Amino acid sequence: MTLALDVLTVVAVSSGAFFFLAGTVGFLRFPDSLSRLHALTKADNLGLGLIMLGLLPRAGGVGSALKLIAVWLLAQVAGAAVTQLLARAARTAGPPA
Amino acid sequence: MTDALALAFDFGLAALVLIVATWTLLTRETAAAAVGFVAYGLLLTLVWMRLAAPDVALTEAAIGSGVTGTLLLGAAARLRPTEAAAEAEQPGKAMRFVVALLCASVSAGIAGTILMLPDPAPTLAAEAAAALPETGLGNAVTAVLLSFRSIDTLLETVVLLLALLGVWSLAPDRVWGGRPGPRDGAYQSEVLTFLAQILAPFGIVVAMHFFWIGADAPGGKFQAAAILAAMWILVQRAGLVDSPPVSRRWLRLVVVAGPVVFLAIGFLGSATAGAFLAYPEGYAKPLIVAIEAALLPSLAAALALLVAGPPARTE
Amino acid sequence: MNGAALFGVIAAALVGLGLYGLIVHPQPLRKILSFNVLGSGVFLIFGVVARRGAGAGMGGDPVPQALVITGIVVAFSATALAVALLLRLFEETGRASLRSDVSNANDEAGGNS
Repeated sequence: MTLALDVLTVVAVSSGAFFFLAGTVGFLRFPDSLSRLHALTKADNLGLGLIMLGLLPRAGGVGSALKLIAVWLLAQVAGAAVTQLLARAARTAGPPA
Repeated sequence: MTDALALAFDFGLAALVLIVATWTLLTRETAAAAVGFVAYGLLLTLVWMRLAAPDVALTEAAIGSGVTGTLLLGAAARLRPTEAAAEAEQPGKAMRFVVALLCASVSAGIAGTILMLPDPAPTLAAEAAAALPETGLGNAVTAVLLSFRSIDTLLETVVLLLALLGVWSLAPDRVWGGRPGPRDGAYQSEVLTFLAQILAPFGIVVAMHFFWIGADAPGGKFQAAAILAAMWILVQRAGLVDSPPVSRRWLRLVVVAGPVVFLAIGFLGSATAGAFLAYPEGYAKPLIVAIEAALLPSLAAALALLVAGPPARTE
Repeated sequence: MNGAALFGVIAAALVGLGLYGLIVHPQPLRKILSFNVLGSGVFLIFGVVARRGAGAGMGGDPVPQALVITGIVVAFSATALAVALLLRLFEETGRASLRSDVSNANDEAGGNS
């Protein structure tokens, strides 16, 4: 059972890290703010969720696991709100000169 | 095996900290540098955790990176028109090379001193652990802050107060005693309102949790005050509440109440226990909790007002 | 070299980097930023000393850690005051420059508060 959980942790955290890497590559390569935001939100959300999933078996008890999930939800809420605000600002600013 | 892995992680983290710090200091735009500073602060939080200092990690994340980053980012946005003029004043290549050499020698000197520190290291951990049961606390850092070195904490709260006085005194005559910060019409947005309405209650609960467990686990009033200040800043930016005018008496009372209570308990100690800020036998824990409870609103108000800045509008 | 010594060397490098930024950048806000990086490097040195003093069941000496917490708060208040001064300078003179000939020229040209 623990071996299965360890494998889950390694696989989930590695794929989460890969998605973060993909999001960062998109961030660096895409031409303007809106498409960069798109790359970041899609890939980073998935990456964060996978890392959380991988860390849950490592949490020492139900309380710590719930705290991890709370951290994940907070990151989601904050990320979503900030992305909306950035996109709004980027759209108001117009395409780069 | 795990030691080698831990060391590899430390190397990776150290390299990341250096890269982000170098980028922050060398990038062109000041706003980008401010954002880099926030990221640098968060990486430093990880470094503090690797140095087995969770209280300091929490403080660095909350105050060092969070509140300071807000301040610097706001200032960078307002100072954007001066970027071009500042570029023209850069010193020449030769001067920068000489300065870089001097700074590298300072770094090398400090690094050499650190690597030559005595081994076994002198430490006060044993004395702190021995004196801990008297204070009734379980967290050694909180005990140092509020019992062994409480004079430092008292002076620190007074420094915050003095900085606030300095910031308020920078108001132009026509808005003296007015409301700090701009009226956030520009930031009005349903998204920000939603975020403020969801996060603020949660933030208050988390702050109270930090405040309460600071006695026995990593946490404490500084981190809690920073979270409360951040929640206030968020709610004010969303336009849900306006900054109070700094001439209001209740605001000044809230800011001053913490240090005053701290001083009063200090003088009480000199009357009953023989020394300023000494705690009478058996009363250490309740007095410490009283000081913390009085300081929490004052610190939160002082931190939030320091970020808000000098008065900028009349009432 | 163990973890604490590594972070000690990093802290020394951060002190040097912050000092360089403080001296070289003409923009006062960049100077304030570099000063904060310099300060955080000094705090890290305290942290390394604390880590090396681990013992009595604790991961680190609590006294330097408490000093660092105090230092972070004091550094923030100094930064807040410095930023407020800088913004007031900007409001008054329209420039964020520390060069005295620039601000004197503005004063003589009739600008006043």
